[in-house]
Amino acid sequence: MSKRTVELELATPGLDARGQPARVPLVARGLEPGNEPDLGGEHLLINLGPQHPATHGVLRLVVELDGEMVVRVIPHVGYLHSGFEKLGEYRHYNQIIPLTDRTDYLSPMANNVGLALAAEQLMGIEITPRCQVLRVIACEMSRIISHMVWLGTTSIDLGAFTPFLWAFQERERIYDLQEMWTGARLTTSVTRVGGLMADVPDAFVPGLRHFTNTFPNTLAEIDRVLTRNAVWAGRTQGIGVMTKAEAITYSLSGPMLRASGVPYDVRKDKPYLGYETYDFEVPIGEHGDVYDRYLLRLEECHQSNRILRQALDRLPDGPINVDDPRVILPSKSRAMSDMEAMIFHFKQVMEGVKAPVGEAYVGIENPKGELGNYLVSDGTAKPVRWRIRPPSFINLSALPKMAEGHLLSDLIAINASVDIVMGEVDR
Amino acid sequence: MSDVAFLVITVVKIVVVFTAIMVGVALLTLAERRICAWMQDRLGPNRVGPQGLLQPAADGLKNILKEETLPAQADKLLFLLAPAISFVPALLTFAVIPFGAPLHTKWGDIPLVVADLPVGFLYILAISSLGVYGITLAGWSSNNKYSLLGGLRAAAQMISYEIAMGMSAVAVLLIAGNVTLSDVVARQATGTPLTWNVVPLALGFLIFLVAAFAETNRLPFDLPEAEGELIAGYHTEYSAMKFSMFYIAEYSNMVTASALMTTLFFGGWDIPFTTWDNTAPWTLLKTIASVAMFGAKVGFFLFLYIWVRWTLPRFRYDQLMALGWRVMLPLALVYLTVIATAIWYLHERLGWVYDARFALALGAVNVALAVPLFFVLDRGRLVSGSVAREGA
Repeated sequence: MSKRTVELELATPGLDARGQPARVPLVARGLEPGNEPDLGGEHLLINLGPQHPATHGVLRLVVELDGEMVVRVIPHVGYLHSGFEKLGEYRHYNQIIPLTDRTDYLSPMANNVGLALAAEQLMGIEITPRCQVLRVIACEMSRIISHMVWLGTTSIDLGAFTPFLWAFQERERIYDLQEMWTGARLTTSVTRVGGLMADVPDAFVPGLRHFTNTFPNTLAEIDRVLTRNAVWAGRTQGIGVMTKAEAITYSLSGPMLRASGVPYDVRKDKPYLGYETYDFEVPIGEHGDVYDRYLLRLEECHQSNRILRQALDRLPDGPINVDDPRVILPSKSRAMSDMEAMIFHFKQVMEGVKAPVGEAYVGIENPKGELGNYLVSDGTAKPVRWRIRPPSFINLSALPKMAEGHLLSDLIAINASVDIVMGEVDR
Repeated sequence: MSDVAFLVITVVKIVVVFTAIMVGVALLTLAERRICAWMQDRLGPNRVGPQGLLQPAADGLKNILKEETLPAQADKLLFLLAPAISFVPALLTFAVIPFGAPLHTKWGDIPLVVADLPVGFLYILAISSLGVYGITLAGWSSNNKYSLLGGLRAAAQMISYEIAMGMSAVAVLLIAGNVTLSDVVARQATGTPLTWNVVPLALGFLIFLVAAFAETNRLPFDLPEAEGELIAGYHTEYSAMKFSMFYIAEYSNMVTASALMTTLFFGGWDIPFTTWDNTAPWTLLKTIASVAMFGAKVGFFLFLYIWVRWTLPRFRYDQLMALGWRVMLPLALVYLTVIATAIWYLHERLGWVYDARFALALGAVNVALAVPLFFVLDRGRLVSGSVAREGA
């Protein structure tokens, strides 16, 4: 049988000689008899994904293996591209919010908040105190569910199935709360420019308080099963190390950055929604490996829980929406009975909320890193450009660097530790 | 006993053992799903029949009715043969394991073992290593890179742990003075569980236990199928009943390994604190009691298998190899040397015969060996990351 290998001409990993993103041919080039390229040795080229149990969606990794050692990884993205940013250019600001649900679909509420904050900065709107606290609750609930999904899927990738179900149970409890608040479990669309879609129902606050009281028990159980487990530590310690400098060079953010020892958290460094008034700590890693990322996310869950408790304690009464009829839709009954309200209702539905000419960028600390929303307005009710800074896409760019020289099993662990969501990576 | 009677009795035993294992395997799949569900706060299959007892039957029916797929360019013959090759040795191994006290009948004693071979243990070593051929051939013949990696892993893993497994079991044979498994059981059945080999050979049992987990490809050693990495490893391309055969083989291997641990280290069918096993009257009832005892012990180890599987993450390939060659093998060799010397000293110099005192003396040697093992060769050194963490 003749040797069938594939030649890869890459100047730097992932780029071809002209600096363009490399396209690895699926069929071998130049396969005339006697002209078969040889990589020198028996390198095995395998395709991890787009359908593979450990690629967390439709990520495709073309992996070149020497035995089981990873020589090179080339991530191929775009299988879930939906053109959200372009779609946003044809929608009113409030209509963009449902699109944000579907980017990082593991933390929809936080995405809603990010877009609303950017639109409000563009329009110069100050939201009400109750709305601020409720948005903090939305963000931290998102952080917990996102980290729970991360924890569960990562433990499955490493072979531990049981913590996955424990983590998903906690996530279900938050989903129940989200459903109570917005009517949707996943696609929440909870924010509106200048406020919220709805106030929380009466049962929400006691429900969330019960959650914050019982959630640490599950965290402790997971901690007991994994943290000091020799197999878990052996699989994660020293794997996929990013030094401080490398983490900054690769523009990482969120837990990936902090696990490498860089103390940057948007909530502390560029506070929004009054995060500076909450008492919480930002955990920092020491080694920058998969194990540190695990410990860090576990601790972030504790800190989020702390923030949730404080937010519940201080939740003020009052309106959730700003008192501005040009921004906030009047209630249905008023629109039907009050002439002025009806006009505002008509104008908002037909024309949307107009933003002055200008641009705004708001970065928030999403569970996966810094989520940026950049809006450019030409004075109409639709942005001329909407750009998302997707944290997991940028974090994913460090994967080839982290995985080289490790084993195939380590590649799975490293890929899991990045915490990607393909909806956000491909947008 | 005439030749004809021997033939008839052997055929009856084969049919009974085969049926028992197949039914046991079916129930084991259900037990695994119910137990893991219990560990994970969910219910598990409980819809088909009372408490889901008919679930295995439904699964079997589904697997028979499903489409058989054959990947393009697969090696047809080996692809079809591989499930059978892995399935048959898993059942063959059970032939030499005594599963109950000999049955007294008016036609003579009937040993409750399919074939009481004089080379019983050697037979087990020989047959149990054949199963890996099925896995490796399945990986190779599927024409799938993931399957190939899974098959290669299985081959390397089986070779690495076979040695440690054999070494740790040699100590049992030293005590029994024989490789026939009936004699191994008889030597342990002295009326007190102190003479079960797990007391004099505690560390040997530990090595055997770990090696048995690796031999059966169960978590934390399930690298050949490693679903997170290799999709399903060697059986990625298999469907329907051929896929099911691999599962039956895996679970039969578990049953056999559990039975082996019971026989070698936990007194086989011996009922603790009794010596009336096969003396008249009521020999039939006593034999049934000993079979039940055997079943209970095997059940305990099966539960241990399931318990461990749903608790631990998976090893990485190089860690598995390091554990096998750098830890288990030297450990088994040193252990065998020490135990052989101790047995020689107790038996030849002090003239002790094997009884509780003998077992306890050897047990003390085990404790003395366990202290340096667990406090000097600690967890961090036995299993560590590929890059050692400073100060951790």
